[in-house]
Amino acid sequence: MSVKDAVATMTGSAALPRRNGELVFAAPWESRAFGLAVGLSQAGVFTWDAFRERLIAEIAEWEAAGHPAEEWSYYACWLHALEELLEERGIATDAELDALMEAIASVPEH
Amino acid sequence: MGHGHDHDHDHDHDDVSLRVKALESLLVERGYLATDAVDKLAEAYEHDVGPMNGARVVARAWSDPAFKARLLEDGSKAIAELGYGGFEGGHVIVCENSDDLHNVVVCTLCSCYPWSVLGLPPTWYKEPTYRARVVVEPRTVIGEFGYAVPADKAIRVWDSSAEVRYLVLPQRPAGTEGLSEDELAALVTRDSMIGVGLPLEPARA
Repeated sequence: MSVKDAVATMTGSAALPRRNGELVFAAPWESRAFGLAVGLSQAGVFTWDAFRERLIAEIAEWEAAGHPAEEWSYYACWLHALEELLEERGIATDAELDALMEAIASVPEH
Repeated sequence: MGHGHDHDHDHDHDDVSLRVKALESLLVERGYLATDAVDKLAEAYEHDVGPMNGARVVARAWSDPAFKARLLEDGSKAIAELGYGGFEGGHVIVCENSDDLHNVVVCTLCSCYPWSVLGLPPTWYKEPTYRARVVVEPRTVIGEFGYAVPADKAIRVWDSSAEVRYLVLPQRPAGTEGLSEDELAALVTRDSMIGVGLPLEPARA
């Protein structure tokens, strides 16, 4: 089973939003990542073109690296493009995110 | 996942969820985003904006020749008459299918798509395979989606960009003369508006 099929057949709480039978997002974080970029652009933090250019570059880089198709993740490219743009603008650094991830992970699930 | 390739965004699934969560809380904390901004956007695109908007545009064009003329003249403006538009909706050009011509849409650079009328693009639209192949062998690719374009029908491929998005206006199916706009809209599939399929046939009475 390809990764894509494995993702598409998740059930229960992990079941995916679908429209016309198609997956819209492969996982909840994808729609969050989507909302972050759109929200920041709407708030004027960066222009949509600035983000889009990053995204194109990110996707091109992924393709140039010759990865097998089953590892393709559009939203991984999306997220990476967003992180780079935020780092460049001095809004959030990689190190800050790493630290915050650790802090969140150490909080027990409620 | 991630067998030693060098690209550093290859987090595993839990990690990437956590990273997005961290990013969101940091941006909210620093005042770049309102607490509910991402919820609202994710919800809007998951539920409110979908191919139904595009289907209503197509159904109106099938029912109202004057609207269709305006739609082909200036897609964005005519679509705005139905209340659809806004972020990333941009300039929409409507490509009309005919007996001689079939239109299909791609974005070879990334995944530009008329979001305001079709919602978020389907998974395959964003994949490198579709983006590369539909330009080179559109007839084969459309055939794989289940529509064998007749040999005497030309195919035109439209490459989207940040400035221009395309919406295919499919041909109205035969046997739909008595149908209302709502009934017609129900026949219009997302795929038919991208050009990789046809509208549904009306249900036989």
